[in-house]
Amino acid sequence: MIPPKFDYHRPTSVQEAVQLLQSSPEAKVLAGGHSLIPLMKLRLAAPAAVIDIGRIPDLRGIQALDSGELRIGACTTHHEIATSQAVQRAAPLLAEAAAQIGDRQVRYRGTIGGNLAHADPASDLPAVVVALNATLQAEGPQGSRSIPAAEFFVDLMTTTLQPGEILTQIRVPALGQGTGSCYLKFEHPASGYALCGAAAIVSLNPDGSCAQARLCFNGVSARPVDAAAVAQALVGSDLSDGAIDAAVEDHLRVPDPVGDIHASASYRQELAKALGKRALKAARDRARG
Amino acid sequence: MTHGNGTRGIFGSAIKRREDPKLITGRAKYTDDLQLPGMAYAAILRSPFAHARIRHIDTSQALALEGVLAVFTAQDVEEAGIPGVVPVGWLLPTLKTPAHPILAKDRVRYVGDAVAVVVAEDRYTAHDALEAIQVDYEPLAAVADVRQAVEPGAPAVHEEAPDNVAFTWEIGDREGTDTAFQQAAHVAKLDIVNNRLIPNAMEPRAALADFDPATGELTLYMTTQNPHIHRLLMSLASIGLPEHKIRVVAPEVGGGFGSKIHHYVDEAIVSFASMKLGRPVKWTATRTETYQTDAHGRDHVTTAEMAIDGEGKILGVRVNTYAAMGAYLSTFAPAVPTYLYGTLLSGEYDIPHIYCHVTGVFTHTTPVDAYRGAGRPEATLVIERLVDECAHLAGMDPVELRRRNFVPPDKFPYQTQVALVYDSGNYEAALEKALEKVDYQQFRREQEEARRQGRYLGIGFSTYIEACGLAPSALVGQLGAQAGQWESAVVRVHPTGKVTVYSGSSGHGQGHETTFAQIVAAELGVPYEDVEIVEGDTEAIPHGWGTYGSRSAAVGGSAIATAARRVVDKAKKIAAHLLEAAEEDIVFEDGKFYVKGSPDQAKTLAEVSLQAYLAHNLPKGLEPALEATAFYDPANFVFPFGTHVAIVEVDPETGQVELKRYVAVDDVGNVINPLIVDGQIHGGIAQGVGQALYEGAVYDESGNLVTGTMLDYAVPKAHFLPAFETDRTVTPCPHNPLGVKGVGEAGTIASTAAVVNAVVDALRPFGVTHLNPPVTAEKVWKAIHGA
Repeated sequence: MIPPKFDYHRPTSVQEAVQLLQSSPEAKVLAGGHSLIPLMKLRLAAPAAVIDIGRIPDLRGIQALDSGELRIGACTTHHEIATSQAVQRAAPLLAEAAAQIGDRQVRYRGTIGGNLAHADPASDLPAVVVALNATLQAEGPQGSRSIPAAEFFVDLMTTTLQPGEILTQIRVPALGQGTGSCYLKFEHPASGYALCGAAAIVSLNPDGSCAQARLCFNGVSARPVDAAAVAQALVGSDLSDGAIDAAVEDHLRVPDPVGDIHASASYRQELAKALGKRALKAARDRARG
Repeated sequence: MTHGNGTRGIFGSAIKRREDPKLITGRAKYTDDLQLPGMAYAAILRSPFAHARIRHIDTSQALALEGVLAVFTAQDVEEAGIPGVVPVGWLLPTLKTPAHPILAKDRVRYVGDAVAVVVAEDRYTAHDALEAIQVDYEPLAAVADVRQAVEPGAPAVHEEAPDNVAFTWEIGDREGTDTAFQQAAHVAKLDIVNNRLIPNAMEPRAALADFDPATGELTLYMTTQNPHIHRLLMSLASIGLPEHKIRVVAPEVGGGFGSKIHHYVDEAIVSFASMKLGRPVKWTATRTETYQTDAHGRDHVTTAEMAIDGEGKILGVRVNTYAAMGAYLSTFAPAVPTYLYGTLLSGEYDIPHIYCHVTGVFTHTTPVDAYRGAGRPEATLVIERLVDECAHLAGMDPVELRRRNFVPPDKFPYQTQVALVYDSGNYEAALEKALEKVDYQQFRREQEEARRQGRYLGIGFSTYIEACGLAPSALVGQLGAQAGQWESAVVRVHPTGKVTVYSGSSGHGQGHETTFAQIVAAELGVPYEDVEIVEGDTEAIPHGWGTYGSRSAAVGGSAIATAARRVVDKAKKIAAHLLEAAEEDIVFEDGKFYVKGSPDQAKTLAEVSLQAYLAHNLPKGLEPALEATAFYDPANFVFPFGTHVAIVEVDPETGQVELKRYVAVDDVGNVINPLIVDGQIHGGIAQGVGQALYEGAVYDESGNLVTGTMLDYAVPKAHFLPAFETDRTVTPCPHNPLGVKGVGEAGTIASTAAVVNAVVDALRPFGVTHLNPPVTAEKVWKAIHGA
């Protein structure tokens, strides 16, 4: 609970932050601090320096483009996202998930960029940005680049961010008409992290059949799981309870399921089935309005 | 509601706690808030191994750090020539008592065992220096599991107990019980685990030792539930200063649940450091240290059997328990799974034959000691699970089986087969009230209907009894206690009629400042606002034993009432003298003394008190001043009881248990403050639900505590719990002056069993007969799906 000594930098621009990160490779980037600080207090992380990007104005705020796309600064808090009308309109799945993160205190300080860059597989946002086909914008010494969410998460606490790069923005395309979504979480009673989190999106054809579907999971593997086969099986179906149950039962495969003292791998797979069905049904009901 | 104008009804009134404004506005001073001139900070190096030999400790690099004042190890303690141990305060005939040195000598025995202490100018430097101490450990095989520890060949925690058996103990009639079982129509047999729990007081433990080399006196501010016990043990066993040279102060203490009863090495270590350095030294546990070193609770593995006849009458109970002691014997550890457990195995029932055998077991884990309920929740879980299982075997309603076996109201005092004499009770009244509140028959219909729809509701009962306010001292002494069980009080009326009360109880969240003032206001007939309560300082309070085992109202409150009545007796003599009447003609009412029939010629207590201090005109031979002291030693335990009912719904797809309703009907005797009583019941229920559904310390094969943080160890959160529905029956305690019993532990004692019974009831359609707590979602899922 008592961290070792470290240097503290508070850059005022992204450019300055990138330079600082380049000049001190042992540094860690601090956004809301809700993942990094606990590790430092337990002396599990002991960076020589902390670069606090939390007060860079360019990294805050939510912008909705005319196209409907959301541009969310990496240091926007979970609370801001959960309560943003623009997010609730364009990507209600993201608002719904953000509202389930941690507790009130965590949501007021924790940020979307910090959450995604930390890449904790039990966190709530990774599967959601994958399901939403979001794009993550990173800034580094070589300039700016875009990373599709599906390619961002590599492994436990590991992303495709390069040393020296900072995650700056999350771009989320708007969900279309006739689309419903749902995020459901089965949380661990101690941490509130997801033993399993299911993000579902369902789009309807004018006749009520399934035009498109997405089903992604947090917590069950070292990285977000995209259950594309389940989604594929649903396209064209009538989205009845039976159709959803069958698609999940027949096509859900969790690659490399994780098991630990909190939940075994086999139980997590069962949770994924149960939550996947429920999230899809709720998304369908919302799509039907 | 105003109470300043009179005191009628102040006893029993739901006034708000007077201590809360300072607590909730952050103005209360806790140990860690204290700053003394020249104060240094301690950090304690703890073993990362569950079992290892210490080959060598090199402190030179730590000492070289700027700001480090000293590093002490066992060698320094030895060279200082002080006793240097923490003792066990409850002895049993077969108990092995290996020494527990304040700093580990040669060998560490659990993850968290104290190895060295750094004292530095600031807390950060002290913690940095911990990493600079080089300890050469030779890791040894460890055993953390209570049953594995008694297997042949298990690594021994102490040479004195090569088989890891700390003690064996039995109570009841073995042969009679065996014979009774032969007559049984049904025998329920369950393997029951009382899971290991980690106390989580909001305030971590802390100690600030201030040794004055000029006077040779040590002042020790610390997080304690019982400053006098700490003073005694500190003097006798730890640092060797004479008792009158030690002052122990409990500033505001933020919860304890038992964990701050015990005498730990840490307060002895900082006292030793302060004595060596001649400077005040402060240590505050990190939450990690809290998890590793605060004495844990429960950790029993039990085989339990109950025999009933064809009519559902209980014939006998047979229990065999292995109880973990951890790596060392904590202060009252041997009492918990014995005299606070085996003696409770009659529950609320008239059981003709009981036999209980307990093996206390050393393991390479954090020591285990009293944690809210202490032995009694464990016993309640055993008995209440057995009763449900018997009802199931006999095809009877679990409520009906309980009813048939209750000790009836006309059978008190009731001598159980396990030593206790229940002084009073009316168990069926509490049960009936609870049944009415839950609308039992209606629930059973809903349950049946829900099952047809694939929904699984369950109801669980816990008709519990608790023995608390341990007493009397002579009896408890015969059972092995190295402590008395009376309590002290001084009631001092000032010349102006204001009152200061000094109590040997030591509150740490219970609201004593409010309830004790209510007692005194009622006894003396003075305004509640005119009464001040002082606790938690061995210099201010002559002697005492503190707050644990739900004893403060029953024992501490009784001491206060007794002292207050002595004040009235003396004041009556003075009033009679002033009113020129015979003492027996004086009436005392609403804080006024008057001659029978002449209430207008009254003297107030303040008027009498002024005369008592002026001493110008006192009855011949009467000493001046108006105060009284009482040392109250109760005649018996007190016996709260009641019925708790939990209603749950189980999600068959995920195994998730939702606690939908919780009804508690408790009988804690006369109630001093209903608001505080309800608060105690609420908190107690929550902690018991924690044991039932969420909490459980887990050690790995090497003895590492893997549930070592709040990320991994689940304490119940507000949103897991329904709004509790509480009610009461009132059966006053017949043997203390206030008719009160204890309330601090009742909720915890009752609720674990109620919730576990409810989950098993919900899962009956799946053929489930028992689940051990914590009943996690995965455990339930596996039970449903036979996985």
